[in-house]
Amino acid sequence: MLIGKAPDIRYSEITPRSLYLRRREFIQAAAAAAIGGAASLAPGLVDTAGAQIAGPGALPKLPNVKTSPFSTTEKPTSYKDVTSYNNFYEFGSDKADPAVNARRFRPRPWKIAIEGHVAKPGTFDIDEFLKPYVLEERIYRLRCVETWSAVIPWVGIPLAEVIKRVEPTSQAKFVEFVTLYDPNQMPEQRSDILQWPYIEGLRLDEAKNPLAILAVGMYGEVMPNQDGAPIRLVVPWKYGFKSGKSIVKIRFVDAAPKTAWMVSAPREYGFYANVNPTVDHPRWSQARERRLGEFLPRKSVMFNGYADQVASLYGGMDLRRNY
Amino acid sequence: MKPIVLLKRLLFAAALGPAAALAYHAYTGDLTANPVDYITDQTGDWTISFLMISLAVTPLRRLTGWNELIKLRRMLGLFAFFYATLHMLTWVVLVSFFDVPTMIEDVTMRPFITIGMATFLILLVLAATSNQAAIRRLGRRWQKLHRLVYLAAIGAVVHFWWLVKADITTPRRWALVLAVLLGFRIWWMLRARMSSRS
Repeated sequence: MLIGKAPDIRYSEITPRSLYLRRREFIQAAAAAAIGGAASLAPGLVDTAGAQIAGPGALPKLPNVKTSPFSTTEKPTSYKDVTSYNNFYEFGSDKADPAVNARRFRPRPWKIAIEGHVAKPGTFDIDEFLKPYVLEERIYRLRCVETWSAVIPWVGIPLAEVIKRVEPTSQAKFVEFVTLYDPNQMPEQRSDILQWPYIEGLRLDEAKNPLAILAVGMYGEVMPNQDGAPIRLVVPWKYGFKSGKSIVKIRFVDAAPKTAWMVSAPREYGFYANVNPTVDHPRWSQARERRLGEFLPRKSVMFNGYADQVASLYGGMDLRRNY
Repeated sequence: MKPIVLLKRLLFAAALGPAAALAYHAYTGDLTANPVDYITDQTGDWTISFLMISLAVTPLRRLTGWNELIKLRRMLGLFAFFYATLHMLTWVVLVSFFDVPTMIEDVTMRPFITIGMATFLILLVLAATSNQAAIRRLGRRWQKLHRLVYLAAIGAVVHFWWLVKADITTPRRWALVLAVLLGFRIWWMLRARMSSRS
């Protein structure tokens, strides 16, 4: 363990917390950081069961996180907003539900299974699974299909590196991400508002795109339960529902997975779900979005502003049909 | 003070509660991460609530025999209109920013907004004809016109049902409440018809 290591100021260089936290929250955060500081001395990921929801510093800090050229310089949304306004139907369909109902969720111990058409399948303890990779901070825009958006400094690992390591065979065409099914911990799974477990999927080449990550934290800290702890997908050019949370299984398959929202409402949610201001959701326009913490709406951008990195994945495809 | 007058005053104060709560949360900056959606949801919820409460007056009156309850009905109906107006203004000002082409597109292309708008127009007509002068002027037609409130209540529930993504728990609950409230009327109507025949 490194003792007396200089404080990690990299994150604050990018976006001083005092800039986006209101004064009162800043004071709370400072108090919480003093407490959380002790926890951050523990090496690696530590068990996060216990008090959640408090602002930055309530969860252990993630060590040795490197920055990434893929990060946006836009102002991150406040930690409070990102942890109190969540779509995570396993914990309830109201935006405020997950922060409350995920409090007792246990993100450790956690197993993650790699299955399907790969040379190296297996089931791993999450900390073993993460060991080979260097954590990266990726400050990404997030655009929800409900027309709100955020900027979130995720911490995670490139999905492409995971894929490379497990060696997909030539039969692997799609990657399926399966969320935990445990109604004891995820109370809304007792209802039938969606098909459980939550399934999401990507085409293999989409999954290999350098923007796609498996995130284990945000704002420099361990992932809060309500945001998809302990490990979740982040695909920033697609609507938020594509980024499955609390993942227990990654399957390499030969056909497009039947994703949860496609099953729920096939006319409204397609497999691709790329952010596309020119293709409306049947019940609302996708032309504009409201960023959390902002009053005026902004124009939504093709592929959520990541066209340079991902547009080539969809060459020759009719994105109106493949919504 | 007569009990009904006291009750009316208490209800008036209570009915302003949700609006006061919104104003207070706006003042303290506590309207969730998405204030516009929150205001939209709250004003919509209270519109439906007051529609149902005002539709509950007549059944309550008949079941309890306390006929003075009818004196609450107009006020409760007007509170439904009050929250519907706030809901509508939220959409015009905060959601659409007076962008007329977008609003026209919304009303014509999106069934849940179409029916929401139709419901608001009904409530507008009912509110505008709720004063004594209009009641006198319209005579017998007034009651016929104001039966449109049944349509408005159905419209409000359908509007809610069509806008949710997957979890229809709450709109289904309102549909059930409305079915009971309309059920009373259908039952009375059928009974009256049968007794008049015999």
